[in-house]
Amino acid sequence: MAQITFIAHGGDRQEIEIPDGWSVMQGAVREGVEGIEAECGGSCACATCHCFIDPAFLDRLPPPSDAENDLLDATAVERAPNSRLSCQITVTPALDGMIIHLPERQS
Amino acid sequence: MENAQNGPILIIGAGQAGLQIAETLRAEGYAGSLTLLGDEALPPYNRPPLSKEMLSGRLDLDKLPIRGAGFLARKAIDWRGGAQVVAIDRAEKTVTLADGSQLPYAGLALATGARLRRLDLPGADLPNVLGLRGVDDAQALAAALGRTPRVVVIGGGFIGLEVAAAARKRGCAVTVVEAADRLLARVTAPLISDYVADLHRRHGVELIFAAAVQAILERDGQACAVRLADGRDLPADLVVYGVGVIAQTTLAEAAGLDCARGILVDACGRTSDPAIVAAGDCTARRMAKGDPLRLESVQNAIEQGKAAACALLGKERPFTAAPWFWSDQFEMKLQMVGLSAGYDTVVTRGTPDEDAFSALYFRYNKLIAVDSINRAQEHMVARKLLDRQIRLNPIQAADDSLSLAGLVKG
Repeated sequence: MAQITFIAHGGDRQEIEIPDGWSVMQGAVREGVEGIEAECGGSCACATCHCFIDPAFLDRLPPPSDAENDLLDATAVERAPNSRLSCQITVTPALDGMIIHLPERQS
Repeated sequence: MENAQNGPILIIGAGQAGLQIAETLRAEGYAGSLTLLGDEALPPYNRPPLSKEMLSGRLDLDKLPIRGAGFLARKAIDWRGGAQVVAIDRAEKTVTLADGSQLPYAGLALATGARLRRLDLPGADLPNVLGLRGVDDAQALAAALGRTPRVVVIGGGFIGLEVAAAARKRGCAVTVVEAADRLLARVTAPLISDYVADLHRRHGVELIFAAAVQAILERDGQACAVRLADGRDLPADLVVYGVGVIAQTTLAEAAGLDCARGILVDACGRTSDPAIVAAGDCTARRMAKGDPLRLESVQNAIEQGKAAACALLGKERPFTAAPWFWSDQFEMKLQMVGLSAGYDTVVTRGTPDEDAFSALYFRYNKLIAVDSINRAQEHMVARKLLDRQIRLNPIQAADDSLSLAGLVKG
């Protein structure tokens, strides 16, 4: 279980708890976090769950796969060094307290 | 279209489309009573995993619902499971449930989905002849695959092929029987069909084309083989059929709404009754020319759902984006955008030998569709090319050194 805070482009904050083993995307969609679309349901195929990871937590994540890295070049809002697809991040207790910023749009 | 913004609004069908209608109504400021009637026991859930992760036995049911209970409560979406609607009275503006209760509406949305097309064959009703539509079907199929039976899949479309892949991964011997002379014949070009066929053969799936199934043979009350018209018998411990779906139009037709292979709607989801909209698998969209368009996809459920919700509130928000779709089979991710029917030229980027390529379809030099295999980024770019009607000719498309992504920047 990890508590994760999502900050929308407009500044709205939403804190949710996500069970271990779930993807960050799954947890966010379940609670209807606005700004994550996840059109493909989490199969690393659409780049509509793009997010920006709090730099303090970036090192705690395994690096993106080639497939994720490729798709990060097709996001609606230009990628940044801390860009990830939230469907590819599996929640562990080490991510407790992570802050995630969401882009202005996903498509 | 009438404006139902004072409510109450009823939605019949609690799948992806029904839930989307409810969410968009709230997002658009609708504050009245909102009831989402579903005939299944689970709250609105994702269907794509049913033919993918779920069959591997890996997916837990907790992850299947699209939204959590907390979300539905916060949005004041009154989801009712196990609710069977038996009639719509358009004059009185009420719907009747199987328990005899009646609910009034100012606006009504139909998201009744589709049901399996059944096999019309001797033996089709035997207990080990399974289809796949709902979560119950998927659980039954996942359990059956766990006994590593010899599986015969009838139908080489998306569902049949995803089931075949899942069954092989679980160690079953698998044969796919297809009536046409190639896989996915209705939706894609021969080069994609050939690639998919090779993929399945590489993984040990036996494919039989141009085959008519004559009967499912029985032994001790169970299916034991599939008999083809040419006399061959294919031994089977489990038969799975994936031969398409039929839009659920029974309620709409009984209520006198215009239907033709689906509930007829315009681009905004409006039916022939100004107080009723429809979205998702149950619909057929009227086109400026040609037959009504039937789409069975997550995107269609979501985008038509948004359009239909807006229409109920008197707002125009037509669904105009190019249709897209995806399928996962073995290590292949196939993503399609646009409608390739009627193409005159097809160009590839990458090659099937690299297991990563796209087929770009043109008609009169205009890009109409793109099928991508293991090229997710190119698929996303193709969606933008089609939606923004960015010009691209076949010669440019064939030039691998030209970045398509560069065409859609900015």
